[in-house]
Amino acid sequence: MGRASVAPGEIIEASPDGVMSHENAGLVIRQFQAMGAEKVFDPEKIHIIFDHRVPANSEKTAEGQALVRRFVSAQGIAHFHDVGDGVCHQVMMEEHYIKPGGVYLGTDSHTTSYGALSAFSTGIGATEMASVWATGKIWLRVPQTLRILVDGEFPCGVYAKDLILSIIRDVTAEGANYMAVEFDGPALERLSISERFTLCNLSMEMGAKSAGCPPNQVLKDYLGKDYREAPWSDGDAEFFCTMQYDLAKIEPVVACPHQVDNVKPISEVAGLELNQVFLGSCTNGREDDLAVASEIIKGKMIHPRIRLIIAPASREVMLASIASGHLQELIKAGGTLITPGCGPCLGAHQGLLAGGERALATSNRNFKGRMGSPDAEVYLASPATAAASALAGVIADPREFL
Amino acid sequence: MAIIEGPVIRLGENIDTDLLFPGKYLHIFDAKEMAQHALEGVDPAYPEKIGGRGIIVAGRNFGCGSSREQAATCLASVGIKAIVAPSFARIFFRNAINQGIILVQVAEELAVEDGDSITIDLDSSLIKYDRKEVSFTPLPEFLLEIVESGGLVEYTRRMLEG
Repeated sequence: MGRASVAPGEIIEASPDGVMSHENAGLVIRQFQAMGAEKVFDPEKIHIIFDHRVPANSEKTAEGQALVRRFVSAQGIAHFHDVGDGVCHQVMMEEHYIKPGGVYLGTDSHTTSYGALSAFSTGIGATEMASVWATGKIWLRVPQTLRILVDGEFPCGVYAKDLILSIIRDVTAEGANYMAVEFDGPALERLSISERFTLCNLSMEMGAKSAGCPPNQVLKDYLGKDYREAPWSDGDAEFFCTMQYDLAKIEPVVACPHQVDNVKPISEVAGLELNQVFLGSCTNGREDDLAVASEIIKGKMIHPRIRLIIAPASREVMLASIASGHLQELIKAGGTLITPGCGPCLGAHQGLLAGGERALATSNRNFKGRMGSPDAEVYLASPATAAASALAGVIADPREFL
Repeated sequence: MAIIEGPVIRLGENIDTDLLFPGKYLHIFDAKEMAQHALEGVDPAYPEKIGGRGIIVAGRNFGCGSSREQAATCLASVGIKAIVAPSFARIFFRNAINQGIILVQVAEELAVEDGDSITIDLDSSLIKYDRKEVSFTPLPEFLLEIVESGGLVEYTRRMLEG
C-alpha cells in the first residue's frame, strides 16, 4: 500500500497479501472468466480450501469442486486444500498462511477471524474476488475503530464464546457495521489463540468489517519463526467508542432464535428440550473446544433424544483430539463424528433440522432456516454448554456439570 | 438510470442472507436459476409474489450475515433495481453494487406499505412518495460507475480491455 497513514472514511486501494475462497471459488472462476481475465494476479497468494460441502453432497457440488480442481491445476494455484483438511479459516491459521500485519480477503464472512493473528482481514463476495484475482487490487473504506477492553479472568464454566455473545448483545447485530473491532486490555495477555479466534470470528455478527487482537507474547509463542511485528493502536489512536468488560462478571449465555444478538442468560432458557447438539465450526470446533466438551461428557451417555454431531475444525484438530482421547470419549458417549469442515452449520448437509426441532450449536448463526427447516430453532452457545445440554437433553447450565 | 419508480416489495429489519437466499442453494452458480429462489426464506410464496416489482423497501441492517453473493445476484436476476433501507450490512452492500443494484441509504425507514409506489430520483437524490420527499446521500461516483456498467464483471472487463 505504501502510505504512512490513512484516516477513517478515506477510500484506499489495497493490494492483499493473501486471498481465500472455499467451494465458492467455482463462482469466482465463472466471474473471472466472464471478465475476460486469463491469468490470476499471483498464484502464490491464492488459497482455496474445500469445507462447505465435504465430501461432495450432490452431483452438482461434485461438478463445482471438479471445476475448481481443474482451474487450480491450470493456474498453478499454490495453496489448495481438498476435502477433509478442515474449515477454511482454521486451515489458514494452522498453515501459518496468515502473517501479523498482513491484509487478507476471503469469500466468506467469517474471514474477520484472522484478526486473532493481528492481521487485517475481511469478507467479500465472489465477483469482487474475481476482480481481485484479475487485478490484485481492491478498494476499501478505512473503518472507524470500536475498542473493547477486557480485564479479569473467566469464572468456571464461562468461555470466550460467552464473552463475545455478551458483547454482541450489547453492541447489537449492526452496531459495529463497517467498523474495525479491536480487542485489548490485560486479559488479552492470557487469552489463547483459539479464544482470540472465537472473538474475531464472531465479531462479524455485529457487522464488523474486521476484528483484531494485539500482537503479543501469546501470538509470538504460537507463530514461532513466522511471527513478525505488526502495527497496533498507539497512544494517539482515536476510537469510535471504547467498551469495557470484566471477565469475572460474564456468565454462560445463549443466542436465541433467530438473531445472534438475541442473547439471554442461560437461566432464562435452561430446560428447553433439544433434538440436536452440534459441536464444531470455525467458531468453536478446535482442540480446546472438543476437550472442554469431552471432559464434561466423559464416562456418561448423551440423552437418548439428542443427536450429537461433532465436526473437528480441521484434520489437525481431529488428529490431536484422537491423540488426547477426547474424541474417543465423545464418540463413546453417543456422538457422531463427521468430516472436518463446516458440517451442518450453514444448512448444506450432515445434520439438518426438521420443522419443530430445536438444536443447540457452538457455531455462529441462528438465522431462520439456517440449519434446515425454517420452522426449526437454533440456539448458539459455548462447547461446555453444548456438552452439558447433550447430556441433559435440554439446554443446561455447564456450571452444574463441572 | 436517473429515475427508478414503481410499486415496492416491503420487508422488515435484519433481513439476513438466509432469508434472501437459503444456504441449501449455494451450489447454484447460474443467475437465472438463483432467481428461482429469491426471497424464498422470507416466504416460500416468493419469488412469484415479486410480480415484476423492481424496488425493495426495508428496515435496518439489510443483508446481514453471509458473504454469499447469491443473496444479491438472485435479486438482480429477478429484476430488483434498487433497495431503500436505513442501513446495509457491509458485504451485502458491496455485493449488491457489484451486481448492478442501486442502494439508497435513508435516515429513517420509509413509511410505505407493500405495493405502494415510490419514485427514486438519482439526479436530485430524492425519494418521492405519497406527496412526501426524502433526501439521501448519493453513492460515491466510482460506485455509481460500477452500477451503471451493469455490475463489476462488466466494469472489470472494460478495465482489462482498456
